[in-house]
Amino acid sequence: MAKRIDVSDLNVYYGAFKAVEGVTMTVEPRSVTAFIGPSGCGKSTFLRTLNRMHEVIPGGRVEGKVMLDDQDLYASDVDPVAVRRTVGMVFQRPNPFPTMSIYDNVAAGLRLNGVKGKKKLDEVVEKSLNGANLWNEVKDRLAKPGAGLSGGQQQRLCIARAIAVEPQVLLMDEPCSALDPISTLAIEDLISELKSQYTIVIVTHNMQQAARVSDQTAFFNLAATGKPGKLVEVADTQKIFNNPGVKATEDYISGRFG
Amino acid sequence: MSSVTGVSIADELPGPDRRHTLGGDGAGTGRLGDRLFGGAAKGAGIFVIGLVSLVGAFLLWQALPAIADDKVNFLTSREWSVDNASNLRFGILELLWTTIAVSTIGMLIAVPVGVAVALFITQYAPTWLSRPAANLVDLLAAVPSIVYGIWGLKTFVPVFDPVQSFLKDTLGWFPLFSDAGISGGSTILMVGIVLAIMVLPIVTALSREVFAQTPVTHTEGALALGATKWEMIRVAVLPFGKAGVISAAMLALGRALGETIAVTIILSTLAAGSDWTWSVFNGGETFASRIANNAGEFDSPAKTGAFIAAGLVLFVLTFVVNAIARIVIERRKAFIE
Repeated sequence: MAKRIDVSDLNVYYGAFKAVEGVTMTVEPRSVTAFIGPSGCGKSTFLRTLNRMHEVIPGGRVEGKVMLDDQDLYASDVDPVAVRRTVGMVFQRPNPFPTMSIYDNVAAGLRLNGVKGKKKLDEVVEKSLNGANLWNEVKDRLAKPGAGLSGGQQQRLCIARAIAVEPQVLLMDEPCSALDPISTLAIEDLISELKSQYTIVIVTHNMQQAARVSDQTAFFNLAATGKPGKLVEVADTQKIFNNPGVKATEDYISGRFG
Repeated sequence: MSSVTGVSIADELPGPDRRHTLGGDGAGTGRLGDRLFGGAAKGAGIFVIGLVSLVGAFLLWQALPAIADDKVNFLTSREWSVDNASNLRFGILELLWTTIAVSTIGMLIAVPVGVAVALFITQYAPTWLSRPAANLVDLLAAVPSIVYGIWGLKTFVPVFDPVQSFLKDTLGWFPLFSDAGISGGSTILMVGIVLAIMVLPIVTALSREVFAQTPVTHTEGALALGATKWEMIRVAVLPFGKAGVISAAMLALGRALGETIAVTIILSTLAAGSDWTWSVFNGGETFASRIANNAGEFDSPAKTGAFIAAGLVLFVLTFVVNAIARIVIERRKAFIE
């Protein structure tokens, strides 16, 4: 599975407003890349261009190129729905489907793909819940509503739901910001495990989290309110945190602004 | 219409950020303005409750003597002869069937179409179109029912009659579609279709409100899994709006059950003693249209009592339908909180 992402000269627009400007970066397969930066700097917006979810917002469009291995995500013959089946996403707030059971939540993506056989579904549901470190906690209540779990469990359920369809890439938009420290730790451990199979990109406001889980870190910033966000620096996490190449990066991670 | 109960749409629809009003005793300050306003509000509330109770009591008080004098079974008889006060013979079976038949046909059409229109307005229509389209549908509710009646009789029925004849010819072997000998096409089916158009705005408006409230996190969750638009609606929007749609249908049903003037104008009445038929191509009278057709002849208490007894059944019927709608709304509230 796991593919390489190659972004070159990407501009993101909402209508006439340019939200992100000139991003060029590469994400290696089977690695974790963290996006850090102050609020409103466009890191979530950029993340959403990687599975074309920004197009859900009216007026959302891009200029530039996003390659997934040798496939251009924005080629005219590419269906955004197909992209989202290849590039999964986990959101800031856990969002299990409230009317569905735990089992049905995990199976939802497979059913959308037309998988019907109960045996196959059982198998994938167990595998995905195991993959999200949730199986032991929920195996006796798979038929109960997903919304009845704790926040941290719900987020792991959402991760299970995302990996059930075996995506190439997993995008996470501040997946721990609504969780307590123990649940956060559980998710971080999970990210380290998932890395062996997936390409992972995570947006986080938590500098320690970026330092703990990621191999590569990208720092985004914006010159002023109303100006587009820019990629300031992208490098190995070690380098960004110990020896950043740009002054703004150092100021941000040392807490001098942002 | 009693069925819409004068409750605002906003009140029917608990949203995620619906909050409790500050109604505790501690909120009142005991100042003059507070006491005046509190008293006025309490008075208005008691007045409305009193009014509804009095209507119910009046119906019972007028209807019960007539029902006691009834020489046939009130619930199971099809007879209706009330001119001779010493030999009252009246039953509601046929009225009940016609009322339920026209309302059911109305619902079968209005609910799917109304839900589809609401989905179009909230999910598919571009922004510049959705608001005008919503207002246009709401405008249907502003058309007086007498206008629907005239339009139905003079325009819709003649146009649709050939279709009806075709159905009669091809499906006539099935009792529901057998030829009942009504000429001109003023049948139960026609009235049902006109009623569907009349209640469409209720179904659409309420469904639209709940669909629009679907949390973005749910719709994005579905889309991020690679759902197409329709799949997203099936996985996120429809389950979220289900209870709202059910209550919308119930409120619309309450309106359809009580609709009077359009039914009175369009539907062919039957001669006394006509044969019973299940056909939707038959004529007939609903509770409301029978009362309206005879409103000029309430000359003796016994006769009036018979019609009021029919009105009482309609009152109970709409009351039950509205109560069910309320219960569904309450259960949805519990589910969201």
